[in-house]
Amino acid sequence: MTPSPNGPSNNGTQRIDITLESLLDSVSLAEEMCTRIAGAAGFDDDDCFKIGMSVREGVINAYNYGSRKQREKKIFLSFELTQDKLIIYVRDQGSGFCLQDVPDPLADENLLKSSGRGIFLMRSFMDEFCVQPAEEGGAEIIMSKRLRNASRSAPPAA
Amino acid sequence: MRFRATPRLSGKVLIVDMSGSLVLGEGSAALRAAVRKYLDEGHRRILLNLALVDHLDSSGIGELVSSYTAAKRAQGDLKLMKLSRAVDSALLITKLYTVFDIHTDEATAVASFT
Repeated sequence: MTPSPNGPSNNGTQRIDITLESLLDSVSLAEEMCTRIAGAAGFDDDDCFKIGMSVREGVINAYNYGSRKQREKKIFLSFELTQDKLIIYVRDQGSGFCLQDVPDPLADENLLKSSGRGIFLMRSFMDEFCVQPAEEGGAEIIMSKRLRNASRSAPPAA
Repeated sequence: MRFRATPRLSGKVLIVDMSGSLVLGEGSAALRAAVRKYLDEGHRRILLNLALVDHLDSSGIGELVSSYTAAKRAQGDLKLMKLSRAVDSALLITKLYTVFDIHTDEATAVASFT
């Protein structure tokens, strides 16, 4: 893991960039870090759980489908804390994917499938969610959660 | 917390007390191996006690579904009881309440197999 915390910019936005190896351990590591960052940013326990779970699912998606479990491929995780929300970026080094191609896990014909719920959980738990092709290649998940109290109490621990 | 599955018999129903994290990796793999083993041993009435499962992700949800379909394929049945808060919200949001037979107490759950 390579953390790269950046100080606050002129508009008060703070950003942390982390490079993860494509390992199973990276999934829980990412979730734990994110939950801590969300807590320090002022999110309550329920939102911290949802944000942490969304990052877990984003990194699982990158590990399984982007990296295809190849350790040498990296997963790039970034947190951006603005005055009113936490924005999370999860980028992989895979071939990318299109959200429209992801089956609806709530459709009757998909309910008994053993996979395909990660994207749905991220969409459900976060306020904003999208997937776009990254400039560097691969897919980039961008998701955000709004702070209920816009004036945040503390900056995230670097 | 590390995932554990501990089986015990109540009549013809195999109750599996589960605890820990049912997530990608060790937890999901352990549940898969355990349920396949119970089916291989001839158990056809399996009741998963999820009271102490504190964490569940999409992989764990998928493994619960996979265990259910494996039991059905073997002409058996797999039910759930005492969902922890984490499991309850995950199954609710993914509409799997419509798939699983879910109970809040053990006696009712065991009786429902007959």
